Amino acid sequence: MPERETIGDVLARRGVSRRALLKYTSTLASVMALAPAASRAMADALAKAHRQSVIWLSFQECTGCTESLTRSFNPNIGDLIFDVISLDYHETLQAASGFAAEAAREAAIAANKGKFVLVVDGSVSTKDGGIYSTVAGKTNLQLLQETAKDALAVIAVGTCASFGGLPHADPNPTGAVPVSDIVKDKPVINIPGCPPIAEAIAGTVAYIVTFGKLPDLDQRNRPRAFYGDAIHDRCYRRPFYDQGLFAASFDDEGARKGWCLYELGCKGPVTYNACATIKWNGGVSYPIQSGHGCLGCSEPDFWDKGGFYKPLSTNTGNDAEIVGAAVAAGAAVGVASALIARHRKRKAQTAKAAAKTEGQP
Amino acid sequence: MTLLDVARGPALEFAFAVFAIGVAWRLLSVLLLPWATERSAKRPGTPSRAMGAIGLFVRHLWPAGPFRRNALFITLNSYVFHLGLAIVVFGLAQHIVFLQNAFGVSWPSLPSGVVYVVAVITLATLAAALAHRLTSPVLRLLSTFNDYMSWFVTAAPVATGLLAVSHLWAPYETLLAIHILSVALLLAWFPFGKLMHSFLVFLTRSETGAFYSRRGVEI
Repeated sequence: MPERETIGDVLARRGVSRRALLKYTSTLASVMALAPAASRAMADALAKAHRQSVIWLSFQECTGCTESLTRSFNPNIGDLIFDVISLDYHETLQAASGFAAEAAREAAIAANKGKFVLVVDGSVSTKDGGIYSTVAGKTNLQLLQETAKDALAVIAVGTCASFGGLPHADPNPTGAVPVSDIVKDKPVINIPGCPPIAEAIAGTVAYIVTFGKLPDLDQRNRPRAFYGDAIHDRCYRRPFYDQGLFAASFDDEGARKGWCLYELGCKGPVTYNACATIKWNGGVSYPIQSGHGCLGCSEPDFWDKGGFYKPLSTNTGNDAEIVGAAVAAGAAVGVASALIARHRKRKAQTAKAAAKTEGQP
Repeated sequence: MTLLDVARGPALEFAFAVFAIGVAWRLLSVLLLPWATERSAKRPGTPSRAMGAIGLFVRHLWPAGPFRRNALFITLNSYVFHLGLAIVVFGLAQHIVFLQNAFGVSWPSLPSGVVYVVAVITLATLAAALAHRLTSPVLRLLSTFNDYMSWFVTAAPVATGLLAVSHLWAPYETLLAIHILSVALLLAWFPFGKLMHSFLVFLTRSETGAFYSRRGVEI
């Protein structure tokens, strides 16, 4: 890749017309709810911008996040994101391996010091010095610390990098933590999901490249454009929730009629993501549309919320045992209290009888 | 751990434990007390203890003649919010799921819209009950912390439940957490305040009925 090549140059070389670029930026501007004029501004800015250097580190993860992006159904997103960025290091996608791969990472850091965007997928093992996940003899913790220090910004892709995800689930044997627990001196954007929606990854990167700043983030550092609404609020089954019509099992009449999946444990009301609007597989469907409740995968600790199939309005504790023990304890106190009352009564009666006897001549 | 996780987990566990200890304690400490010795002879022609108890229970479902005028508002208002609470607690699908999870039994739900309307009426009648307590000089004089606390822990779940289903002012997860926490507060307060009348009313009225009937009292 020529050092100062613009994105416009790359697109022209690849035969991507301005019309195609406008279609792409229209899609991004639309999904991010930007003003209509932003589409043209994005196209102009992208064409003139230099490709953003990106270093992608994979830690304790399943590669599902990379799969989500690279297997994106929408070729505009999947292909063009790699034209917008210069992906200088990505273990899964790069051809280099071994020492050559590590050398490429170090060279990319040196060449773009303070300018590259660091993308991380996977959580960071911290227990026992982070020895449970290593790359080329270095722990994930070391790699993150030494790479993040020279990064412009950090994007945590996927729930593992954003909130710890599956490795962080109880009992968390590797001491897994999210990227934001390690990187404290740089902005960390979280794009959670298991996996995240490809458009959310691509749109966020394109936004940074186009506008040179971070998108508007929510309290969990997620781009509001993609995580601003609860799935429940955008769900097409919402009218059934409002009417109180729920499927009680996956094959009952309610399920066949497409009623709300709240009783089957759907976490849509407490999950913020764009699944119900952008959807998956090129806008074909999303889990609820396919008949299964939302698992809440873009929220912290989604694995430890008491069970995927437990409705939100139910308790998650082991209450039967607690109530049983509490009834036994309460009964013991009640019996003791009644026995004390009986004893006092007998005592009072005896004293009264004694006083009566003493009073007799 | 989010507020909703705390509410659904440890808060409800604690509330269930306090509720179970308190109810078992209070019921057994009353039921195991020795019976008072009857010192008067049974009036001839009066019903058995059981029939006397049932008779008074039924008669006292509506205020007796001399008290009817003064007690009419409080009786009607109380009926509305007691029935309303029952409809809301046992009629809403989300509540049935909660009860099914706890007790293993289920029944068909009412349409959510019907339950919402009933909840609004219930909240209004609860507000009226509080207003009556605050404006009636005698009732106000008799009221203690127990009365106001029992009112609060009853009204709070209705109010927070309405907010949760209407998604007003805060995200759903926050409203649902506050709603569940308000239910936990209700359960924890229940055995130690006036709400215990849900169980004790059957004992007190029955004993009063048996006592009255033995003496030929017919109110």
